[in-house]
Amino acid sequence: MSEAEAYAYDADMRKANRKKAVAGRSVIFKIKRCDGPGKPSRWESFKVPIETGANVISSLNWIAANPVTTDGTKSTPVVWDSNCLEEVCGACTMVINGRVRQSCSCLIDEYAPSEGDVMTLEPMAKFPVIRDLWVDRQRVFHNLTRVKAWVPIDGTYNMGAGPKESHDHQQMRYALSECMSCGCCLDACPQFTKEEDESKWDTSFIGAHAMSQARYFNEHETGKELKGERMDALVGKGGVNDCGNAQNCVKVCPKGIPLTESIGAIGRSATMHSIKQFLQGKK
Amino acid sequence: MADEKRVIVVGGGLAGLAASIRIAEAGMGVDLFSMVPVKRSHSVCAQGGINACNDVARQQGYSEYQHFDETLIGGDFLNDQHPVLEMTNWAPKIIDLLDRMGVPFNRSSEGFRDLRLFGGSLFKRTHFSGATTGQQLLYALDEQTRRFAAEGKINKKEFWEFLWPIVEGEGENARCVGIVAQDMRTMQIMSFRADAVVMATGGCGLVFGKSTNSVICTGGAASRCYQAGAWYGNAEMIQVHPTAIPGADKCRLMSESARGEGGRVWVPAKKGDTRKPNDIPENERYYILEERYPKYGNLVPRDIATREIFDVCVNEGMGINGTNQVYLDLTHKDPEYLTEKLGGIMDIYEKFVGDDPRYTPMRIFPAVHYSMGGLWTTYTAGDYKPEKPIGGFKPGDPIPAGNEPGLGLAQGAHNNAMTNINGLYAFGEVNFAYHGATRLGANALLSCIFDGLCNGVSVVNYVREGDQTPVSQLDQGLFDSATKQEQDKHDNLLSSTSNGTGDQKLNPYQIAFELGEEMNAASTVVKTGPRLEKCLTKLEELKDRYAKVELGDGAMWTNQSLSFTRSVGDMIIIGEAIAKAGLLREESRGSHYRTDFPERDDEKFWKTSVAKFNKDSGKTEVEFVEVKAGLVELRPRDYGKTASSAAPAKKETANA
Repeated sequence: MSEAEAYAYDADMRKANRKKAVAGRSVIFKIKRCDGPGKPSRWESFKVPIETGANVISSLNWIAANPVTTDGTKSTPVVWDSNCLEEVCGACTMVINGRVRQSCSCLIDEYAPSEGDVMTLEPMAKFPVIRDLWVDRQRVFHNLTRVKAWVPIDGTYNMGAGPKESHDHQQMRYALSECMSCGCCLDACPQFTKEEDESKWDTSFIGAHAMSQARYFNEHETGKELKGERMDALVGKGGVNDCGNAQNCVKVCPKGIPLTESIGAIGRSATMHSIKQFLQGKK
Repeated sequence: MADEKRVIVVGGGLAGLAASIRIAEAGMGVDLFSMVPVKRSHSVCAQGGINACNDVARQQGYSEYQHFDETLIGGDFLNDQHPVLEMTNWAPKIIDLLDRMGVPFNRSSEGFRDLRLFGGSLFKRTHFSGATTGQQLLYALDEQTRRFAAEGKINKKEFWEFLWPIVEGEGENARCVGIVAQDMRTMQIMSFRADAVVMATGGCGLVFGKSTNSVICTGGAASRCYQAGAWYGNAEMIQVHPTAIPGADKCRLMSESARGEGGRVWVPAKKGDTRKPNDIPENERYYILEERYPKYGNLVPRDIATREIFDVCVNEGMGINGTNQVYLDLTHKDPEYLTEKLGGIMDIYEKFVGDDPRYTPMRIFPAVHYSMGGLWTTYTAGDYKPEKPIGGFKPGDPIPAGNEPGLGLAQGAHNNAMTNINGLYAFGEVNFAYHGATRLGANALLSCIFDGLCNGVSVVNYVREGDQTPVSQLDQGLFDSATKQEQDKHDNLLSSTSNGTGDQKLNPYQIAFELGEEMNAASTVVKTGPRLEKCLTKLEELKDRYAKVELGDGAMWTNQSLSFTRSVGDMIIIGEAIAKAGLLREESRGSHYRTDFPERDDEKFWKTSVAKFNKDSGKTEVEFVEVKAGLVELRPRDYGKTASSAAPAKKETANA
């Protein structure tokens, strides 16, 4: 089965599950828990009654109010990161049934339609666990600083409109701008590895997320003023050359951002940048 | 150059980031506190757009002044008028700035910024970036903040929760000199000094249980300021958005831009019609808003749309299949057009409901969305002073002279957007001033950014020019006792874990659930005196139970339950202010609709409700003070409603 077919199958399966979901059922949530950095992990299971439209968030809320495991042991509310619950803030990302995604948009009907079906929840794999399902993703934001992901405006005083932009160009940029820095593309990437030592972040693989954002700013009329500095960061260690072309990133991106196109574009810019540097005698 | 005086900004949404950028740009150090990485703030949820007069609308007869006038009518004249005038005058400049920051505003075929219609206006004056405008604007400010942070000018403290404002002195001399905050991971509680504190902490939707708000929008921070002596204005003014998708964990917003782009609200004309929506022919549909409001149609302001949908479902029982739901229909539009203009919200609906709204009408119902009320603030009016308030402004009327930008508010005056506590400011949704009794769609993003950019300068001036003692010279004792106060509260909550009676009535999640149910039932679309009285009694019960609350998690590390439980107590107090102000406002105005007082009563209630927390009794006291007006004359607000509003449907129902 090709990747595209697998996806169509997945979508079809979820649709079918939604149709056959049994009202009034309970589902088992198997959750990987951890009390804090350096502490061992353990699994706990909770049996949760599923109401109409239930998602992973409403199920975790139910557990918070009724934290008793399936073997009758009193436990504690599960800790997880969340905010908007509309899949636009990126906070509630976790690994659900083996796949990284947002938990708010994960409807129970689509994955566990029958009585006693099991949902497994685990923290993201590439970031240090703070507690339970909550991980420290500071590195994701650090990587945005690494590629100077901003437009260098003069200041906030009134200076008139920004550069004019064609309709098609805006559409292209908009597709990139929907990135919510959730980190799915990094968690799924074989080249992106867990790194708890902050001093190594600048030389560790940067991943699709920040490369796509670098492309986003390189494509802006004023933003491209920093293109050289962005490319300095991306031709070095941990830059675009470390990409292993596994293409997992684009498959797990919840916003459908053309990440592999972005990596391709950054790769081409990197080549140009290196040639330019060579000709200028900088390297 | 950076000076040693520092400002604390609490909240990293649009208002907090705009303020941080402006203050840092002026060379003053900023400590920015946020419960979430600022890029994940609730502003990210705003969808439809941001209003501003523009060149096209201007040539069609629109103006900044009319935007101002519309905002006042929308707010049913409860807005403070001078800040609104300044805001609408700044709007085009704010769009330009966002444009320079790289916000991907939608473009026309010629490459100009595209515009769409929005509620409360007959002119296209809403700028947008797909249907995720809030996300795009927040990201632009987040990027500039990151740039300042990289230069060491803004110190971000993410995953820190604001616990208390540190206030020295009493009454008119009360002055905020810092905050107590807690690291949500390590649970460490600390005091931080600041020469001024800007609260930019948003609304309080979670007081109503399920709302369109994000998880952190408890109103906890505002409530803590309120309990520390800050006044709270127009608490009762809560906007219920007409179109949301009811869900198990929250109600997801379905943007007003869906109506701005042509979306039509309807129910089957025949009560109990069980046919699928696409099988119901045009002449057997009841287009609620178009029939009741022929002039504005689907683009009446939110409070009106909400009440009409509520009326059709709850009073007339005409909701889809007898449920509390109506159709929001875009299926007559080109699917590709919808993807380009509304893709973000089309996807949300499809993901959470399973139907594609390009081909199947969406099912929606109103949900709590926005707090017009918030911390009470003051300001210094600018030089624009018409001889008498201007009455009945219409498109094409000559624009009153002398109201240019800078003349609505005195620029940089120390007290602009300052609460009754010196040095404590309120920006964005938590500032009560701008939206009166209803906020117009696409004015929220504007008021947030405006507050930060315009009034950020006031903060800098207050710190630099004020004659108060620099905070660095104050005695450490004040800060230590504030830390201790919060540490004691925290330790008390933590020790409640061991009580373990297992009484569900003392479960914080249960108390929060009942609070939400009660506030939703008593204090949203339709209110009455007796129901609000009952609500206040219920809140007393919840307060008593909360005093004995039992925490379900005694961990000393990353204890989210503790943070949530602490906010539940603060939510009950804000809930009381909302219900009490609503009880005392014996009239109907904007979002506040009392069936026992269905008319607007300007004589008694063209007034701001100001709630003050009595520290001795622990209760809310409300007084009504004059609205700061003087620029525009009061007039009726009817949006051209037809006299026999529901006639066609009623006939149908009677025949059925």
